[in-house]
Amino acid sequence: MKKLIYALFFGLFSLSFVTGTSMAGSKELTGAGATFPYPLYSRIFSEYYRAHGVKVNYQAIGSGGGIRQLMAKIVDFGASDAYVDDNGLKKFSAPIVHIPMTAGAVVLSYNLPGNPKLKLTPSIISGIFLGKITRWDDPEIAKANPDIKLPKLNILVIHRSDGSGTTFIFSDYLSKISNEWQKKVGRGKALKWPVGLGAKGNAGVAGMIKQIPGAIGYVELIYALNNHMSYAAVQNRSGNFIEPSINSVSAAADIELPDDMRVSLTDTSAEQGYPIAGFTWVLVYKDLKNGGLSKDKAQELINLLWWMTHQGQRYASPLHYAPLSKVAQRKAEAIIRSIVYNGRPLDINPGY
Amino acid sequence: MKGDRLFRIVLWIVAGLFSAMMVFMLASLLKESLPSIKAFGMHFLYGKEWNPVVDKFGLLPFLVGTLITSVLALIISVPFAMSIALFLGMFSKGGFWPKILGYGTDLLAGIPSVIYGFWALFFLVPIVRNFEMKAGIVPYGVGIFTASVVLAIMIIPYISSISKEVIKLVPRDLIEAGLALGATDLEVAKDVVLPYCRSGIVAGILLGFGRALGETMAVTMVIGNSNSLPKSLFAPANTMASVIANEFTEATTTLHLSSLIQIGLWLFILNAIVNVIGMLIIKKMEVK
Repeated sequence: MKKLIYALFFGLFSLSFVTGTSMAGSKELTGAGATFPYPLYSRIFSEYYRAHGVKVNYQAIGSGGGIRQLMAKIVDFGASDAYVDDNGLKKFSAPIVHIPMTAGAVVLSYNLPGNPKLKLTPSIISGIFLGKITRWDDPEIAKANPDIKLPKLNILVIHRSDGSGTTFIFSDYLSKISNEWQKKVGRGKALKWPVGLGAKGNAGVAGMIKQIPGAIGYVELIYALNNHMSYAAVQNRSGNFIEPSINSVSAAADIELPDDMRVSLTDTSAEQGYPIAGFTWVLVYKDLKNGGLSKDKAQELINLLWWMTHQGQRYASPLHYAPLSKVAQRKAEAIIRSIVYNGRPLDINPGY
Repeated sequence: MKGDRLFRIVLWIVAGLFSAMMVFMLASLLKESLPSIKAFGMHFLYGKEWNPVVDKFGLLPFLVGTLITSVLALIISVPFAMSIALFLGMFSKGGFWPKILGYGTDLLAGIPSVIYGFWALFFLVPIVRNFEMKAGIVPYGVGIFTASVVLAIMIIPYISSISKEVIKLVPRDLIEAGLALGATDLEVAKDVVLPYCRSGIVAGILLGFGRALGETMAVTMVIGNSNSLPKSLFAPANTMASVIANEFTEATTTLHLSSLIQIGLWLFILNAIVNVIGMLIIKKMEVK
């Protein structure tokens, strides 16, 4: 009888190993992180698998989760919509690098009778989200939109209730254009909102806006385009009112960029750039040996990163993502070239 | 004989593992929430501010939101659940329609909560908003009241099906004796049936309450997700479960993450307290 019990335990014990080891195939890479670029990544990875037979297993668990899993070396690469700040970098056991993959934008969508095309200035936007402008017929909004008859409606602010890269980009923008916002609220993926209702996900915010006359909220550009929502043109630093679009987002990234690419694109100095935009990144260890990868796997990862930032870029526009600008692509190349394995550089295969 | 011993050992192990699981869960919740416990101490319990940007966290708004929505849900649901249980357990004599009714309520218990959330968002929220507009309140549509109504609908099947089963166990003689003494149906229900099975009914109510405390998805969709103390019954608020669901995936700082886990720990404790109170009540009420 004892044998039976031992067998039972042994069975349970070995079962837990089977699930653990099945992940370690050499022609397979694992990543986890941001949900925002997930549709693009899954397209790129499936094309990559067709071209090179390397399977990439990407789990869209959220930027925070991606960063944590990279830190714990559970995945080969992480992905995030917000770059890791200096404090966060210190928590990693070894240096990591950020490789930009695509850029996205956040648009202000609203529900007003007749769906007018609104123009919003930075001061109007911060006023609304700080709860200081509470009515649509406010003189400041009227001044920026002389051609539109504004309804006598209360403004109802809708924001994301879940922690989100979208919220980070939007609050980063507000922090740059408004001192009061910077002091009272600040930037982050989850905030202490001065006014408004929270809804979960882009879909939740969009649904709430559609239901409530007078509502205004922020959603990802891709989401607004796919769902034909009305959104505002926003005045940028050069004073131009810019419609959010793939072109104006790419234009926002056409500026002086730092070498490590940890940069926010909000409140861009580009003349035709849409001011509420940001990169999304793939994160890897600078020395891939520190990430627990084998040499072969490290080479596979380098090939993948190069492909994503070059051949893979053509899948961006059809899915409403902004492809990397030339400047950004050059910087990404330099970063990929700087990645090493055990101190030695890896091969770069541009035509791969 | 030997087979019997083995059987018993296996049962012991399985039951033991399962109880150990609870201890491990509690231990890991405790371990992961240590940074937050160290940083805030007891202040976490009555802290009113939840601000991830400056790493300041307090539980109170969510505790209040959870308790108000669950209690309100219970108040709304109990009369309905009792009526259903009395009808199906005592008055209906079987037959096609009562059977359909019984299946219907049981089926409600099995619907995934996200579907309740959707339904509420598209059907209930506009109704509440209309009402709010007429009553002169800010017409959010979502908020504590809406969440409570959804929760009430969700827990009615739990309470009613358990109550129905215990009501069915009431000895026929007792009911007939009551009727023979000239009591009306209502009097029999009120003075014979309900007192006889009150411990079972309380158990059902507590099960419903426990479910309401921990319900996440449907509540998140209609409560308005405002992380400050609610100002009225129609104001947006947030519950313990829904703030965890909202912020867990993107919590990057250690303190934020461990504060969310500490909320989970308190939810665990809250549920345990409710269960213990329930057991005490049931023990007290048991028919000797």
